[in-house]
Amino acid sequence: MSMILLECKNLKKYFDTPYGTLHAVDNVNLSVKKGKTLGIVGESGCGKSTLGRTILRLLPPTSGEVLFEGKNLFEMNEKQMHEMRKQMQIIFQDPYSSLNPRKTVYQTISEPLRVHKICRTSNEIDLRVRELMEIVGLAERFENSYPHEMDGGRRQRIGIARALSLDPQFIICDEPVSALDVSIQAQILNLMMDLQETMNLTYLFITHDLSVVKHISTEIAVMYLGQIVEKAPSDELFEKPLHPYTKALLKAIPIPALDYRDKHLDILTGEVSSPIDPRPGCRFAPRCPNAFKACTEADPSLNEKSPQHFVACYLYGNI
Amino acid sequence: MREKSMNNELLEIKNLEIQYVTDEEVVQAVNGIDLTLKRGESLGLVGETGAGKTTTALAILKLLPRYTGKIKNGSIILDGMDILKTSEERMRKIRGNRVSMIFQDPMTSLNPVFSVRNQIAEVLKLHKEYESGEAINDEIAGILELVGIPRIRMHEYPFQFSGGMKQRVMIAIAIACRPQLLIADEPTTALDVTIQAQVLNRIRNLKKEINSSMLLITHDLGVVASICDSVAIMYAGEIVEYGTLEDVFKPENKHHPYTDGLFGSIPNLTVKSNRLNPIEGLMPDPTDLPEGCKFHPRCPKCTERCREGVIPEAKNGSHRIKCVLYRNGDLRGRNDV
Repeated sequence: MSMILLECKNLKKYFDTPYGTLHAVDNVNLSVKKGKTLGIVGESGCGKSTLGRTILRLLPPTSGEVLFEGKNLFEMNEKQMHEMRKQMQIIFQDPYSSLNPRKTVYQTISEPLRVHKICRTSNEIDLRVRELMEIVGLAERFENSYPHEMDGGRRQRIGIARALSLDPQFIICDEPVSALDVSIQAQILNLMMDLQETMNLTYLFITHDLSVVKHISTEIAVMYLGQIVEKAPSDELFEKPLHPYTKALLKAIPIPALDYRDKHLDILTGEVSSPIDPRPGCRFAPRCPNAFKACTEADPSLNEKSPQHFVACYLYGNI
Repeated sequence: MREKSMNNELLEIKNLEIQYVTDEEVVQAVNGIDLTLKRGESLGLVGETGAGKTTTALAILKLLPRYTGKIKNGSIILDGMDILKTSEERMRKIRGNRVSMIFQDPMTSLNPVFSVRNQIAEVLKLHKEYESGEAINDEIAGILELVGIPRIRMHEYPFQFSGGMKQRVMIAIAIACRPQLLIADEPTTALDVTIQAQVLNRIRNLKKEINSSMLLITHDLGVVASICDSVAIMYAGEIVEYGTLEDVFKPENKHHPYTDGLFGSIPNLTVKSNRLNPIEGLMPDPTDLPEGCKFHPRCPKCTERCREGVIPEAKNGSHRIKCVLYRNGDLRGRNDV
């Protein structure tokens, strides 16, 4: 049994809007084991990016705890947090807007090294930047290029090099491949898996793409409107989905093979309801084909149905 | 012209070459493609960013940028009529009426200051005649119902709709005049999977109902498998493989190395694999395309022959592959050779 590196307990993040309180992340409990990947899947607006940012304290949490190696991040002062940030980094979704257009590749990758005073001499920085560029597969000749001179795949490699520069244990990957073409997407996914093996990294992989998440994750959590509705080991989730939302999500993926033509006809109707002041009960109930009375009365809790397989649904005797 | 329109072919593109010319450089966007679309058929045009898919679609509607977009060569025949020789005045009667397009991004392609009703009414008024505003409203309500939007929401503005709903409004505008040819440019790329499934289902049913042909532009092979009859794989402005869905999707058939690469790049949900098999390298710069086969710098099966000259096309029935690896008539399954 491997050690738990990061744990979220009853994490909440609410935003005040003119129309009410928006429940972006609502009571999320999860844990990530060292050296493994936890995939977070959900549709747009389900709070997955907010979850990632709240864990890193890039957004102030409303309530709850995040424990990193047993230490609560939310109780740390600025200085302790600054120190912690070396351990946890993030790769952003859009390699076009997450890089400073006025900084060269060298400057972007070396900035964390300077901020955290990792390298003492400029010579050391040079060596480290070159090493990082080699690790992520960027040729040395790009050292003085600006982001606009490079394509999406290379830009995402810069983002990865920047995240790796401090030798972190834990990286949050917020849709790192969704802005890329399929052939480039595959290159980046392979790179990330190689890095995980050689550096023993732990990933929290946020994505809306189920086939990507299945490929890279050891465990998957499915989010719907700020809550985790199902959590299971990757293969188990795809073989035996329990929650009606997970089932619908899996059915909706168009599969590039002949036998799947016209097979996904019983599709989910309706749309995601508003996360502003949600009514009590299962968030998915208005779209759920199996909803009954209990579903609209109180929030279902996430219970272990079979070993390692958690689901928040009244269908599975969750009262 | 009349007798030709009895043909089974609705759209015929021959040897189409399109360039974008600016002062500094010439972008070779489309380099000699041939396509045919039969009545009632859906064709999937698949490729990565910059492969020339959208450029091809814009050329069919004659909507290429006026000063930079140049059609160098080739012909586009729609229902017996040569689009490239048609006057702008006539084109205006065709666009939105006989040929219409669903644009990629519903968030930016709708006009934010007009109600949904007015945006649909614009197309109808332009191409048809109505006795009263009431008649138009009835027609619009009918169209909205087809795409699954209730009549009461007719007078609302785009910002009041969600992404999936906006895309359905786009579809409503495109099908308002029951076009013969519907061009859908990445109609579901901006949408979530469950909404994507709804929209695809809608398009599939509508196509049956109004019996139009469809050109679907996408990079998602899964979407193609679910609604297209035939597929063209584009790379750097060329069609490298073309055939029916079965021709291109059956793994036991022979394929262009790029097609194999595309399939290898998609994480497979049904098979457990450790690593993907991506295509090495990047798309070539369209201002400086390689000699010979455009794919040769990235191709794992590249030979001397690939580096220069014209690459022949191997044919077997409906299946065409532009690659030196294959010879005519020798494209059947690898097992039965």
